[in-house]
Amino acid sequence: MLQQVFKSPQKKSVFRELIFKEIEDLGISSIGIVAFISFFVGGVVVIQTALNLESPLTPKYLIGYASRESLILEFSPTLISIILAGKVGSYITSSIGTMRVTEQIDALEVMGINSLNHLVLPKIIANVFFYPFVIILSITLGILGGWTAGIITELVTSNDYLIGIRSDFEPFHVTYSLIKTAVFAFVIATIPAYHGFYVKGGAIEVGKASTRSVVWTSIVIIVLNYFLTQMLLGK
Amino acid sequence: MIEITNIYKEFDDTPVLKGINATFENGKTSLVIGQSGSGKTVLLKCMLGLLSPEKGDICYDGRHYEDMTGDEKRDLRKEIGMVFQGGALFDSSTVEENVMFPLKMFTNNPYSEMLERVNFVLQRVNLENVNKKYPDELSGGMQKRVAIARAIVMNPKYLFCDEPNSGLDPNTAIIIDNLIQEITQEYNITTIINSHDMNSVMEIGEKIIFLKNGVKEWEGTSNDIFRTDNKAITDFVYSSNLFKKVREAQLKENK
Repeated sequence: MLQQVFKSPQKKSVFRELIFKEIEDLGISSIGIVAFISFFVGGVVVIQTALNLESPLTPKYLIGYASRESLILEFSPTLISIILAGKVGSYITSSIGTMRVTEQIDALEVMGINSLNHLVLPKIIANVFFYPFVIILSITLGILGGWTAGIITELVTSNDYLIGIRSDFEPFHVTYSLIKTAVFAFVIATIPAYHGFYVKGGAIEVGKASTRSVVWTSIVIIVLNYFLTQMLLGK
Repeated sequence: MIEITNIYKEFDDTPVLKGINATFENGKTSLVIGQSGSGKTVLLKCMLGLLSPEKGDICYDGRHYEDMTGDEKRDLRKEIGMVFQGGALFDSSTVEENVMFPLKMFTNNPYSEMLERVNFVLQRVNLENVNKKYPDELSGGMQKRVAIARAIVMNPKYLFCDEPNSGLDPNTAIIIDNLIQEITQEYNITTIINSHDMNSVMEIGEKIIFLKNGVKEWEGTSNDIFRTDNKAITDFVYSSNLFKKVREAQLKENK
């Protein structure tokens, strides 16, 4: 499958159009839900961290530090990717699967078009290049949500929080987060596309394939998360 | 001209096509008929290269499909138009985008020229003012016409239609049949239609191939079909009450 996917596109201008369309369908349309979740989870992370750092000997700025680290290292790249596996993965499987059962993929093949390349490669490129921006946005909004929650609940002062999110900053953690995101973005495009492309039957099978693809994409993300973390951060 | 020789295809050790031989000529509308499950669609898909037969040869004007490279097969497919049973229109694209799609993929013509060609083929299939509509906003007959327009927009040498009038009312079915026949003769296309509709057989069947259980049982013209003694084809033809009554009336007249 991947060999066909990564063949050179037959018409560059059409391919460019497809990539922009996929960025809109898979990336821009996900920004709203990602922003909403990130902002509120950022707030929750700050509240929970503050409640666990009650000792008067622990400096309050650590709340900001811990929240920043958990958002950069785990919440944004992994949890948001799993949410996107559900939202975008089911969309990819059902749209390609419906094209399969209504013979639209056969129509492409009969026209002499490499359907795997035409349908899947733009999705991979759109995901891999656009999701890092989505994750950066998620981290930013998560930190902002945490700041807001900290001020509203008075668990941390604005000053302490700002000191915390700037202290001991390790730039490689952002690189690690973006590497993970790119790998997960590839998984979110390919596993659902595979399940959709090879579906057989009708509407019910397309629905089952969508569910299966979300489950498998989530499992693969979790497993890869472990190995990538060990490879990139492990000693 | 398309020649198929000894086509054999099986699924899970169950043979579906058992050595089919046939020749389909330019400028003629050939019909492959038979009951559901007789192997018509599988034969069509083998000819289109969507399925690989276990044995046999498919030859497009002297070009043997099996001997072609991947690129040659893709080039050949640019000469093929296909009308699928359900239309297979891209449902998230407008009529104009659907018909223009092959032109965008395979030509470097400016947009205005492509649009001119799209409007021409849409007019040819008697569709007007539907350019910006989506397939689900059209009737079944109109969707079939859009599918025909998309199939002929690249001036194909070969046109395949899989039950083009299934699900259509008799009048619309006749219009679609006649349209396919007109286009076939006008552009000298080799047209192959899968059908189990006897009206189509009578209207446009210049050459008819009858399949039963994956075997070619009979071959002839629409005139021959009422004269044959082949039991399989008479059973198929007269399974329709209308044709049964016509047959009874003919027999009475002959007495």
